[in-house]
Amino acid sequence: MFATGFLVLAACLLAQAIVGDEVWNLSAWRRYFFPGFGFVMGLAMWGVAVLSGGSTIHLLAHCTWAQVMMLAGGAHLGLARGKLQHRFWRLTMPLALGVSGLAFISHEENGWLHSRSALVHHICGWTLVVGALFPLGAAFRPRSRFFRLGFAATFVVLAITLFALRDSGPVLGNISSTGRGDERR
Amino acid sequence: MLSPVGRALTSDRRCLSRSRRRAAIAAIGPLVVLAGILWALAQPERLLLLDPDAHGFWSLAVEPPLLVLVAGVFFQGFIASGLLRDLERSELG
Repeated sequence: MFATGFLVLAACLLAQAIVGDEVWNLSAWRRYFFPGFGFVMGLAMWGVAVLSGGSTIHLLAHCTWAQVMMLAGGAHLGLARGKLQHRFWRLTMPLALGVSGLAFISHEENGWLHSRSALVHHICGWTLVVGALFPLGAAFRPRSRFFRLGFAATFVVLAITLFALRDSGPVLGNISSTGRGDERR
Repeated sequence: MLSPVGRALTSDRRCLSRSRRRAAIAAIGPLVVLAGILWALAQPERLLLLDPDAHGFWSLAVEPPLLVLVAGVFFQGFIASGLLRDLERSELG
């Protein structure tokens, strides 16, 4: 479900990069869609933090993640509404992506090829860390199509990676879907 | 000052850019739908509806290739159509 949300979001960001802000913002709901989605995802992340039984690092990662997503969503809602004017508020988006990526990487204690879940966590983490460079560039060059398309591509990669999480076949032909140690048990 | 030929060339380029933008927006939804269909054909084992007795409710409710297809239909129906209308209106205005 998260993957489907990211796919729709990626399509929207791609469309926004193609038509430009002037046309995209003609409709109010389109203007608030992306920041609103980010804010709601941040709220939902609190639920994930509380309900997912895991270690302290899991709890800390999810709580930090929830806070930065809400901050970025709220700041961009303010920017869309016109209540916030300073361009530095746009830096909340690369911050959210960077912290989300680090949260993904830090709460996966296994190596890249341990299991499908570990591989997906590492790919998502590094995609978000690298993807944070696009909104960072867009904060200083808001009209750059390269940064906007890169931002949209980040969400396409995230969606594809998350869709792969539920596949039960072998990963890359030789890595099993479950952890290596788990198979022997 | 642009000559009449220069003006015509500039106008042609603008028209081409507009039609490309319209085509790109109109293509996103169908491309996503096509990706979902190709995925379903390439990995039919991920369509658990084909073997409903072996799976629980959530596995049957969340079918990844169908979700991709639904995402494409949603984008085309609820976002692309309005966006194309606004794009046309802004170009006319």
